[in-house]
Amino acid sequence: MTPTTRTGRNWRGIAAVVSRDLRVVRSSKPVILPMLIVPAVLLVVLPLATVVGARLGAHAVDLSDVERLLALLPAEMAARVVADPSAVLIEVTLVYLLSPMLLIVPLMTASVIAADAIAGERERKTLEGLLLTPLTDRELFTAKLLGAWLPAVTVGVGGGIVYALVADLAAVGVVEGRLFPNVVWAVLVLWVGPAVAAISLGVTVLVSARVKTVQEAFQIAGVVVLPVVALVVMQAGGLLILSPPLLLTTGAACWLIAAVVLRAGTRAVRRTRLGERL
Amino acid sequence: MSGDVGTAGDTADAVVELRGVRRRFGEVRALDEVSLSVGRGEVVGLLGHNGAGKTTTVRLLTGILAADGGEVRVHGLDPLVDGAQVRRTTGVVSAVPAVDDRLTARQNLRFVGEVFGVDRTRATQRAGELLDRFGLSERADERVGGFSSGMRQRLALARALLADPPLLVLDEPTAALDPVASRDVRDLLGRLAREESRSVLLCSHNLVEVQRLCDRVVVLEHGRVIADGTPATLAGELGIGRVRFEIDPDDRPRAERQLTTTGVSFQPDGAGLVVTRRPGLDVPAVIADLVGAQVRIHAVVPEGASLEDVYFALHEEGPR
Repeated sequence: MTPTTRTGRNWRGIAAVVSRDLRVVRSSKPVILPMLIVPAVLLVVLPLATVVGARLGAHAVDLSDVERLLALLPAEMAARVVADPSAVLIEVTLVYLLSPMLLIVPLMTASVIAADAIAGERERKTLEGLLLTPLTDRELFTAKLLGAWLPAVTVGVGGGIVYALVADLAAVGVVEGRLFPNVVWAVLVLWVGPAVAAISLGVTVLVSARVKTVQEAFQIAGVVVLPVVALVVMQAGGLLILSPPLLLTTGAACWLIAAVVLRAGTRAVRRTRLGERL
Repeated sequence: MSGDVGTAGDTADAVVELRGVRRRFGEVRALDEVSLSVGRGEVVGLLGHNGAGKTTTVRLLTGILAADGGEVRVHGLDPLVDGAQVRRTTGVVSAVPAVDDRLTARQNLRFVGEVFGVDRTRATQRAGELLDRFGLSERADERVGGFSSGMRQRLALARALLADPPLLVLDEPTAALDPVASRDVRDLLGRLAREESRSVLLCSHNLVEVQRLCDRVVVLEHGRVIADGTPATLAGELGIGRVRFEIDPDDRPRAERQLTTTGVSFQPDGAGLVVTRRPGLDVPAVIADLVGAQVRIHAVVPEGASLEDVYFALHEEGPR
């Protein structure tokens, strides 16, 4: 037997749990469907609908509703508002207003998989089998985190690329040049998105360890989506605008919160605690 | 009976040892000062009604639960401190088969091989052998979700054996099996213990199975050990046994009437009647009564008590 590596961790065992969880995710409709439908709606349908709507109503563009937001725009963009309000509206919508959706995708994906990873194991009566393996509590937690975080980040980055392509394609002929990739997009997808996925993961794991069904875990952990919704609302209300410095700071804060939540998660995923709720 | 507790565990060779273990779930006392042991190569039956504390005991041994007090040792290790090592050397079949419905039978075993750190070539070979041994080869690449409960149980046994653990802890391993599969599993467990010196802790409600397989039994009631010893020893201490009356077939209805009238419990068995001997039962008086009722008795044969007799006698008498 070769139970552990030189680092003292049973990485082979961790990899086996991650690989099994990914296989289970791929074969589970209740898990895979939200992972396909939500990104499709948020990152394809929504930007397309927005651009089509803006194009159809180009003759009657009224920017008074987003006046406060326009005041926060970079100078170059603000200068074009009078000359081409329709193009600016599309650009503002795609680059700023809809961009937080790029966070919802990894957040939701992490939550769906993590809920299945612990509450789902309990529901399927496979949790005891997992607890009976030689993996330590820390190894088990690491495996469960990676099994949800890796696909969440993959779907998040993939969704970001799809969104960029769709948005650029939809804006052809209205906006000059390409809107994506840009710094805001890159920071959102590569820095804030993975951090938000980690928070969502930590919260869902904490909740999953205490409830009996995937449904309960998913519903309670769903509250983590609220800060992202708040981001959309605050932008639309002109309270803030996504800028690289703001996003870098937000990302750092998110990683800090993720660290705290995940630390709490390690205590919740103690074998003896889970064993009491089998 | 508690004087017998730890008959094997007092040796330094004990693979499993619980000493004065306590565990509560809220107000419920699941285990109360439980002491028991399993020696190397020994097959010990853990008996008790539902809720007696058998599953809690299994979970304490594997570090899934923590005891409130007392000492738990497996291979001399504390499952809460050296849990990984304990679980690596312990094959467990839990009350609900721990198999993943969404994986195939082979994938389930491959997963166990990886997590338990079994060499990949060895794991593949061993998985093939076990799938064969448990009659699952033909459906090895089908998802377990479509398996019957008996097949799932067999796969759970294969899973427990994959890493060749020296200790097996089995919670109702034949519960969902048909008679033939049950017999095969019993034969296998007997071989594992006798030929390969593996230790087995077998939790079961099947008293016939436990009697056939186990060297010793530990009986739990409401979280307390009420007996620990071989069925013969326990029967001797309880003063119970069986007496077979070989009687003339024509007199059998008369004999049954006479025994019923005098309040002696009996069971028809082949050509005769088997009377369960309890303390206070005067066998010569029973014989005299039957003769007085003109029953022709060909033979009176004393027999050892079955585990079932012991179990029921223990529970009728309550905790000791």
